[in-house]
Amino acid sequence: MAEPVVVTRALTREFPSEGGTVRAVDALDLTVARGEVVGLLGHNGAGKTTTVRLLAGVLAPTSGSARVFGLDPSVDGVAVRRRVGVSTETPAVDDRLSGRAGLTTFADLYGVPVARVRQRVDELLSSFDLAEAADRKVGTYSRGMRQRLALARALLHDPELLFLDEPTAGLDPVAARAVADRVRGLRGEGRSVILCTHDLAQAQALCDRVVVLEHGRVVAAGAPAALAAGLGAGVRVRFVASAPADVDVAARLSALDGWGGVVAEPGVAATDAPADGGALLVSGVARDAEAVAEAVATLVAGGVRLYAVERELPDLEDVYFALHGKRRKPSAGEVHGGPGAAPAHASRDAFDGTSHGAPAGGEARR
Amino acid sequence: MNLRAVRAIVRKDLSVVLQSKAVLLPIIIVPAVMLLVLPILASFAPQFVNIPGASDLGELLERMPETFTQRFAGLSEEQTIVTLMLVYLFAPMYLIVPLMVASVIAADAFAGEKERRTLEALLFTPTSDRELLLGKLLSGFVPALAVAWGGFLVYTVVANAAAWPVMGRIFFPTGMWWVLALWVAPAVAALALGATVLVSARVNTFQEAYQIGGVVVLPIVVLLLGQATGVLVFSVALVALLGAVFWAAAAGLLVLGARGFRRGELLARR
Repeated sequence: MAEPVVVTRALTREFPSEGGTVRAVDALDLTVARGEVVGLLGHNGAGKTTTVRLLAGVLAPTSGSARVFGLDPSVDGVAVRRRVGVSTETPAVDDRLSGRAGLTTFADLYGVPVARVRQRVDELLSSFDLAEAADRKVGTYSRGMRQRLALARALLHDPELLFLDEPTAGLDPVAARAVADRVRGLRGEGRSVILCTHDLAQAQALCDRVVVLEHGRVVAAGAPAALAAGLGAGVRVRFVASAPADVDVAARLSALDGWGGVVAEPGVAATDAPADGGALLVSGVARDAEAVAEAVATLVAGGVRLYAVERELPDLEDVYFALHGKRRKPSAGEVHGGPGAAPAHASRDAFDGTSHGAPAGGEARR
Repeated sequence: MNLRAVRAIVRKDLSVVLQSKAVLLPIIIVPAVMLLVLPILASFAPQFVNIPGASDLGELLERMPETFTQRFAGLSEEQTIVTLMLVYLFAPMYLIVPLMVASVIAADAFAGEKERRTLEALLFTPTSDRELLLGKLLSGFVPALAVAWGGFLVYTVVANAAAWPVMGRIFFPTGMWWVLALWVAPAVAALALGATVLVSARVNTFQEAYQIGGVVVLPIVVLLLGQATGVLVFSVALVALLGAVFWAAAAGLLVLGARGFRRGELLARR
């Protein structure tokens, strides 16, 4: 791993609450290397924003330690914030100022050299497609424009580490993609990014590693692919098939040893099915590759025509929902596999013997 | 101390204030009434000397200590009334101007920023808590002084001009008013800032901060009543002493406010 820019050990922050205290961040161990994009995932209140505040020296920890660029943020907060850019969950831009005036103020606050302020502000306004609106009051900006302005502000001083808290919240897909491209660009420039997000697809696409928080604790950490791979031994497979009227593909599949969570989705158009229609999608979770081979042979022998057999790779969304003990997506189809069989993802747990499919490929904690 | 950052905070807060009617209107209207309209009306008071309100002034003068009434020796009745009102009775009211301006701007700069949810961005900048506090304090203090001193100048011109037919000479400002403007007005502004800093850390809206912080107007009301009843008679010495008391109170409030002004606390209390 490259030189770490963030290291925390048992970092904990408590807040007073009715009748006691609540731990917003609970014994967090986190390391972020230079040039790495790390996602902090979790529900609202999981501790993502508090973690960012602790690392920026805005909040002091109750216990534990944090080092950012080797400095203790609670002691050397000013020095840390000089090298850190933050885009907060709400854009926090002043409606009564123009975009240019707001950025100029923050350029002064971030210590951008006086001679460079105008040029830097213009560069960022242009880069974030705000040049035409630069002299308009921010109160007239759309939500996307405000979000872009907040991102521009976070980059004013060329920070080495960026905390982006829900940077694409409320953005349209085009604007969200632009932000994602920018994050990739930042990584390409060797900057580190801590990305707090609810957007699992975005985290999967952007993050080198993700840390899943629940009630302030780390419940899983690792590369998205490794986490997904560690979900369990089951392999989710999708069949695009057509069969004689008296053959129930899903039922046959469910009857096979090593299969569970079979879902039939008749009427769902399959793009790789023949044009004459009649194709259906059936998916299920196989124990292993042998079970898949056995299924293919059995179905073909039973007169089923298979147009495609595809392995569905679990993604970060599967990991996240597994960790939180919830089904991934409601299924439109019928579920086969015996009484009480759970659809799709939940059945995978039956094969790997874990309660929620805690990932093995990454670091999982409970 | 990063003075560039402090200046940036002041500039930003003042730019924001100038865009807000809720903040700007009281800053314009109150000084205009206190320092422009009232002295003009007071200059015409002798013409209404026989109406009940005006005759009260004569009674007021009779209640005053002899050392005070001696200050009017050699003045005609009309000149006495004008001098009594413009130099003495309005003096405590003048102090409301810096107090109000400082309160309203500080309430906007501290609590208003929380209310607009723009404070967090400021807290993530590489400024120290002390620089942040100083910037916010100066955002209220500088305009309070500017309005107070500008108002003093306007009051001087208006009072002398409007009362010229009665006084026939430039009679204002007196030594007491110089002390009031240069020593007491900044102290009152600082007092208002201290109160607002304390209050703003505990509330989340501009209105709450302004209303609760406005309690510092009470000492001014006491001064007004004291003057009107003859219990308290302004003189250079008394005004200088008052200034010292206000500065001491302001220092106490500011120290208390500064102790509680930690960026983490500001966020935690939201």
